[in-house]
Amino acid sequence: MELKSNIPDGPLEKKWDKYRFDMKLVNPANKRKYSVIVVGSGLAGGAGAASLAELGYNVSCFCYQDSPRRAHSIAAQGGINASKNYQNDGDSIQRLFYDTIKGGDFRAREANVYRLAQVSSNIIDQCVAQGVPFGREYGGTLGNRSFGGAQVSRTFYSRGQTGQQLLLGAYQALERQISLGNVKMHSRHEMLEVVLVDGRARGIVTRDMITGAIESHVADAVILATGGYANVFYLSTNAAGCNTTAIWRAYKKGAAFANPCYTQIHPTCIPVTGDHQSKLTLMSESLRNDGRIWVPLKKGDKRAPGDVPEAERDYYLERKYPSYGNLAPRDIASRAAKQVCDEGRGVGETGLGVYLDLADSIKRLGEGTIRERYGNLCDMYERITDENPYKVPMRIFPAAHYVMGGLWVDYNLMSTIPGLHVAGEANFSDHGANRLGASALMQGLADGYFVLPYTIGNYLASTKQAKVDTSHAAFKDAEAAVATRVKKLIAVKGHRTVDSFHRELGKIMWEYCGMGRTREGLKTALQKIPVLREEFWKNLTVVGGNDEINQTLEKAGRIADFLELGELICLDALEREESCGGHFREEYQTPEGEALRNDEKFCHVAAWEYAGEGKTPIRNVEPLVFENVHLTQRSYK
Amino acid sequence: MRLTLTVWRQKDAKSEGKFVTYDAPDISPDMSFLEMLDVVNQRLIEKAEDPIAFDHDCREGICGMCGIVVNGNPHGPRRGTTSCQLHMRSFKDGDAITLEPWRATPFPVLKDLIVDRSSFDRIIMAGGFITVPTGNAPDGNAILVPKDCAERSMDAAACIGCGACAAACPNGSAMLFVAAKISHLALLPQGQPERYDRVLSMVAQMDEEGFGTCTNHGECSRACPKEIRQEFIAQLNRDFLWGSVFSRPKVAGGSGAG
Repeated sequence: MELKSNIPDGPLEKKWDKYRFDMKLVNPANKRKYSVIVVGSGLAGGAGAASLAELGYNVSCFCYQDSPRRAHSIAAQGGINASKNYQNDGDSIQRLFYDTIKGGDFRAREANVYRLAQVSSNIIDQCVAQGVPFGREYGGTLGNRSFGGAQVSRTFYSRGQTGQQLLLGAYQALERQISLGNVKMHSRHEMLEVVLVDGRARGIVTRDMITGAIESHVADAVILATGGYANVFYLSTNAAGCNTTAIWRAYKKGAAFANPCYTQIHPTCIPVTGDHQSKLTLMSESLRNDGRIWVPLKKGDKRAPGDVPEAERDYYLERKYPSYGNLAPRDIASRAAKQVCDEGRGVGETGLGVYLDLADSIKRLGEGTIRERYGNLCDMYERITDENPYKVPMRIFPAAHYVMGGLWVDYNLMSTIPGLHVAGEANFSDHGANRLGASALMQGLADGYFVLPYTIGNYLASTKQAKVDTSHAAFKDAEAAVATRVKKLIAVKGHRTVDSFHRELGKIMWEYCGMGRTREGLKTALQKIPVLREEFWKNLTVVGGNDEINQTLEKAGRIADFLELGELICLDALEREESCGGHFREEYQTPEGEALRNDEKFCHVAAWEYAGEGKTPIRNVEPLVFENVHLTQRSYK
Repeated sequence: MRLTLTVWRQKDAKSEGKFVTYDAPDISPDMSFLEMLDVVNQRLIEKAEDPIAFDHDCREGICGMCGIVVNGNPHGPRRGTTSCQLHMRSFKDGDAITLEPWRATPFPVLKDLIVDRSSFDRIIMAGGFITVPTGNAPDGNAILVPKDCAERSMDAAACIGCGACAAACPNGSAMLFVAAKISHLALLPQGQPERYDRVLSMVAQMDEEGFGTCTNHGECSRACPKEIRQEFIAQLNRDFLWGSVFSRPKVAGGSGAG
């Protein structure tokens, strides 16, 4: 498999301009002759579908929820980065670019990240114009807050609901295009297959989640904006429905899967309470602006937090990383929390938790200010834990949150299948081995509003394709494959529920492929997962049939794919014999316990190629070339 | 805890529904309401019985997908809380709990506790947006927004589109949902050019969907998990009146300002 990144030549800061000048254009009158399928309606998909429709393309958009407004981008809390430098504190495109590359532990592509930093300002402008109610200063200008991994204030926010407001902006633009007839929206539809004709992506097969109808949809280009796969860990901050099925189907049709082991464990989530738990809830990283993280100095200190005197507290992030303090990047903050808990200094009943304490800020700024900044987060915390965070420090613990890995894409956001584009969290492109806070919203919207509208046009204008319709054999075969698979799931008729398989897979992933990974652990996981998968196909029970709303059947299909993906994640983690960002191999660390990269052997993207049922996938490599930044040991001290 | 659940079961949109009672032993007070339903469903599946279908996704109170009428209250007894964030500690051992789907004509039941809320999408389609195609925006700080306006706009924009307001209203009115979107945009300078066309189109679409009218019961705000205030309905009414007098007439469900 050849991995051509198609990065334009020329100096870094001119590449995107050069690309836009060199690309082929579709004449405005011809745009309506082209059709584009967008799977997913979150920030990347919703923004992309709306923007492409505004240009004049015929767009079909699909989501599994009942409305495009419910995509999981809506749950993002803290904010969105942009290099506006409104604070006059030294920000610039160059600095946002550098912070993102460094935050990703030098495992992302320079040209993509630079483009992201370039368009970041346009995103804020677009969202303001759409009516996103960003936080404001008294003079009416936009407010900013700080986020992890940066020493400038460049994060724009709408209270603790930034993702919701940005998504509603994109959703409203999308609804407008639907009303104009430019977008055909298919909600409660799940994509179960991508269809290739003459080696190019020409459509998808979906299941109507109300009637069970299996349907084909044709287009001239397909975009997958289907989010991440952190639910492979069972307990994660993702929505219950988030899944890998769309990108996994594409992988099995020939799209390379890049860096699957780069998963992000978010440091500030509400700790697990019991086996019944179905998800973990994030407490925005923005709380680390005003909250101090600590544990007792002594092991097994069971005193109430208020009874632990100042001198017997360990503000370990401030101690270990004095220049970034509580705003150290997520991977570092998560590992530090794990370390203090491993030492027996964790808090709460399970000992798997650390304090996030707002007391000092309340003393300094008053409860009113803290409530204005984080009111909804504190309310949410109180609802879940029955504790008042204005009085008692919050207890937090890391949880699976985001995945930097995803389908491999070139500079055009096109996968190794021609015509199949991948945007947002579903691709691998911009965050390297660790994503900084407030960068996911930026990337999703950059892809949707400002990258795809150009690269899709270039693809369509430079590709000659025959007319096909759903009667083509490729569509019939794909429909048959989907129908067979659905029947197979129903026909197992065993004794174990889908959830019990999911929970067991999640436990394996968390234990052996979570915050700390070892060769032995990963090998154990690679033995356990296939055994579990085999049992799944022998002992699964799905109640009901295909021709109805069947939530168990939907979930069974998703878990079947997670059971395959889990193995690939562990394999990738095993082969990457270094530590970088969120991928921490315990064998490779500095004497102080920091991630130790091996730039000589692993300064590359690992793009896995499906080799067929039961065969070990092929590991392809795209070398990462750094012409503008100097690779260093990441330091936040 | 041990609970008795009386649940609305309905096979599909065409079938008649009925209440079915389930015994739910060994429920922990730390579970969320939906986790309690997960447990009940796991037990049903193990007995090869059809599990209770209910909509849910983010399980952190923001996506607006979940919505169950619990003992007659949309989203249950706790104020400002979605079904997914309701915890079983709000109930006590031995409680009998009735679970129903949203009840409003424009929200037809699809199965058990799942309803079709696409009417809300069509109301937004009618005009709940600002017309600004990608690439048309001036610099963010070129549009100054007084902090107070931004905050009030955000109060309205916090609506999650769950439909509890319409389910709670004795008239089945969606006024709070529509008012929240009208106010979100009308309170910002960016929303001014289409302000009056927007309110007329959205209200016309709301009527066409079959939602009732507002007679100031106030049940909507009480049921709203985001506690959207009734004052926004006053804003809607003011804008509607102004628009009716001074705007050109618009076709119901028209193409908005597009």
